[in-house]
Amino acid sequence: MTVTDLEAARRAEARPAVRRTPHRVRAGALLVFKTLLALVFGLPLVFMIVSSFKPDLQIFADLGSPAAFLPIGDLTLDNYLGVFDRVPFAQFLLNSIMISAVTVALGLVVNSMAAFAMSRMRMPGRKVALGVILATLIVPFEVMALPMLWWVNQLPYFDGSEFVQGWLDTYPVQIVPFIASAFSIFLFYQYFESIPRELDEAARVDGAGWFRIYVSIVMPLSGPAVATAAILTFLPAWNQYLWPLMVTQSESVRPVMVGIDYFKQLNVSWGQIMAYASIITVPVLALFIAFQRAFVSSIASSGVKG
Amino acid sequence: MSSTTLSPPLAEPGEATRPGPSKGRRRGRGKESATALVMFLPAAVLILTFLIIPIILTFILAFTNTRLISPEPGRFIGLENFSNLFTDDTFWASLRNTIIFTVVIVPVQSAIALGVALLVNTRTRGTTFFRTVYFLPVVTSIVVVSMLWMFMYQKDGLINTMLARIGIAGPDWLGDPNWSLFAIIVMSIWQAMGFHMIIWLSGLQTIPAELYEAASLDGATRWQQFVHVTWPGLRPTAIFILITITIAAFGLFSQVNIMTQGGPLGSTTTLVFMAVRSGFERQQTGYASAISLVFFVLVLIVTVIQMLLTREKSEKKGARS
Repeated sequence: MTVTDLEAARRAEARPAVRRTPHRVRAGALLVFKTLLALVFGLPLVFMIVSSFKPDLQIFADLGSPAAFLPIGDLTLDNYLGVFDRVPFAQFLLNSIMISAVTVALGLVVNSMAAFAMSRMRMPGRKVALGVILATLIVPFEVMALPMLWWVNQLPYFDGSEFVQGWLDTYPVQIVPFIASAFSIFLFYQYFESIPRELDEAARVDGAGWFRIYVSIVMPLSGPAVATAAILTFLPAWNQYLWPLMVTQSESVRPVMVGIDYFKQLNVSWGQIMAYASIITVPVLALFIAFQRAFVSSIASSGVKG
Repeated sequence: MSSTTLSPPLAEPGEATRPGPSKGRRRGRGKESATALVMFLPAAVLILTFLIIPIILTFILAFTNTRLISPEPGRFIGLENFSNLFTDDTFWASLRNTIIFTVVIVPVQSAIALGVALLVNTRTRGTTFFRTVYFLPVVTSIVVVSMLWMFMYQKDGLINTMLARIGIAGPDWLGDPNWSLFAIIVMSIWQAMGFHMIIWLSGLQTIPAELYEAASLDGATRWQQFVHVTWPGLRPTAIFILITITIAAFGLFSQVNIMTQGGPLGSTTTLVFMAVRSGFERQQTGYASAISLVFFVLVLIVTVIQMLLTREKSEKKGARS
């Protein structure tokens, strides 16, 4: 008998067995409950992915049995090929990737620079600016979506050769309004406040300018804030629906989320819709699972400030 | 190159420039302010153009008959949009549905999210797995979720087939006006629960473990620990969650537009759906702005309530800046 065994035995003696059993039963019950919940939240997505590999006949035949959630029976890649057949899906995908990538990249630069100016530098009107930015946080986008639609239709747009009226049906109208984000600015501002100012002073003694301090000192130290801002910009940019629904008409600028709406109206099979939905969802889910920790802490940080 | 020209050359080490703002240093300050403004400028222009002007426009356009595309500029028409709105049955149906959706989803979703958060706020094995699974729908676009659930909600779809196996004849979820809003509520809770679970979890983690130790030494049951330790500790999180769910619930649109188009018989039409119908499809920007203004007033009411709730808290806590 080893020491730990002895200890375990002593503990078992000290505590009557009657008390231990309910504890284990309770843990078991909780595990069953957690598993049931996991099925509720996970199975619909499993169903979506599994169905994307089945012809409609098979999908409907499987509905009443566990086979609905299992990749068995008549499996095929036809649904995926069908997606590319019926709509310029590759174009939609490219549009969405482009729009979200540019929104995230420009957003990181613009918002962190603004936050840097407010947090580290002497800026006239700093307090007012911060107050206004915080105040706009309460206005949901849906409130101003319709006036905004009218407004962007008034703005001049340079179409490559001349200025025309209206930004509708372009890439910029899907990107530019979402670059500056009050939330990202606030996030960077708070993070920058936690970086010691002595670092700036040391760099200044060495002859670095403010822009240099921003690029080479403060930003490299702000990894977590950058990750959080990137995630919280990417998700809505990729998933946005209301705005592109109103401002896009041509297939050449239409993103995937609006594209699936049009796709469905073509009376395609359910398997094809599931294939479309899977292609635009699974990469994001994979990204989420890979960077689980960063995702969760970024979402949590959006709540902590409250 | 810009980095060196943006700031003035620093004084030689040892030179007595520190005490008292010398001329050079004052000029440095001016330059610093100028640099700061330049760095702030892109964000300022964008926020002004795409956040502040549209908000102001909501207030102006609501009192005009502006159309989205029209050769004639909009005219000031006073309260006409509002008098039309208040005599429009669709508006009242939309307002009613929006409020029902909110009133149901706020307590139910936040309570489920808190329950689930308590369930996975442990260090046992598999916790990360469960948290991840519960969170998956949040990462999934509401558009995809709507398509998926539309299929599941069909008369002979996944949900009814499963119900049939335990002997329940399910209704035509989205086609029956008595069930359609309920169906949208259930789906919305499924999609967004994980988001609030994470926020509850981060709130739970701010409660010091010593409090639980002290409570269990005093012989408090789990329920007593929850009432006297957990719940008071979660108050700021609770206020934040209630406000964010409420404001998000007012914005209900995507699910409705994809799954039911406001029907059947107006049973799922909402304020934002109605605003999009008028402002986008019928091009009545002025009318849509009036609806947006009503929406804005609802949000303001919620925000004022939030301010009152948080003020009460800080007064109770005493002088904490």
